[in-house]
Amino acid sequence: MTRKLAAALLCLLAGLALAWALIDRPEPQVDLPRQVAVALPASGVDHAVTAVLLDWRSFDTLLEVMVLLVAVMVALALREAQPDSPDRMGLENPLLRGVMSWLLPLMLLVAGYLLWAGAHRPGGAFQAGAVLAAAGVLLRLAGVSLPGFERPWLLRAGLALGGAVFLTAGTLVLLAGRPFLAWPESTAGALILLVEIALTISIGLALLSLFRLTPPYPDDPGMRRAQTGDDR
Amino acid sequence: MPWLDLMLGASLVVTAAMALISGSLFRAVVMFIVFGLLMALAWVRLDAPDIALAEAAIGAGLTGVLLLDTLGYLRRRFTRTEEDSP
Repeated sequence: MTRKLAAALLCLLAGLALAWALIDRPEPQVDLPRQVAVALPASGVDHAVTAVLLDWRSFDTLLEVMVLLVAVMVALALREAQPDSPDRMGLENPLLRGVMSWLLPLMLLVAGYLLWAGAHRPGGAFQAGAVLAAAGVLLRLAGVSLPGFERPWLLRAGLALGGAVFLTAGTLVLLAGRPFLAWPESTAGALILLVEIALTISIGLALLSLFRLTPPYPDDPGMRRAQTGDDR
Repeated sequence: MPWLDLMLGASLVVTAAMALISGSLFRAVVMFIVFGLLMALAWVRLDAPDIALAEAAIGAGLTGVLLLDTLGYLRRRFTRTEEDSP
């Protein structure tokens, strides 16, 4: 009881400190929105957030993509320690299958739109990839197997595609005598679009793989026998 | 629309508290998903549609699915242990 009270008191104090920090804000030293508005025409895209993510701070985005890739690699390694089982993820649900045939084209369309819209309004690779991954999760739940997932090299190539294209594009501009990841002004829009297409595929596959790689049964040999024995 | 914002803020606090306090893990996960969707609305009200999209898709959608998946795994594991322990 005293521990709970102490925790509540601590939460209250931290909350008060946060509220105070929010109310008593110092004036910003630089006018970032104005700087962004001035530099936007040179970035190759018309949307400030995309310009920040893929042009001025593209190194951060590159590292984010790599972090996601490392997470999937860890999941792959953990899963390989456990042999694969017959796929029992599909739910016996005809309604889901029926709805999916309507939803799937719509979701692909939305993903494509979000990817394209990223250049001039909210959207972009992460959002489009998440929609793709959601479509993949629903397909898996409906028991539809995606042919590409049966071939490990294809899946791995898809996972690495985003980071590889990003790195290659960032390195190629070095040949033109520019700093790493500093797109030349004339081709910035095309390069950003190319990188975003590759990123969408990789992010979608990465998020979907994280879902698919969750173990189908507990990792205890005794229990595995018990589970594969029963017939659901 | 100050009333909408106040209600949104209050329901954010309530869903966050329910997700943390709830005794049932399933209810906590559902509350987490509801919290994510409300948070996306809050981001829209704060004029940050980019973050709202990411929050709805990744924060509420995929994280929710992964949490539910983990819950199913834990449930299978623990019910099996009780039934099949030799």
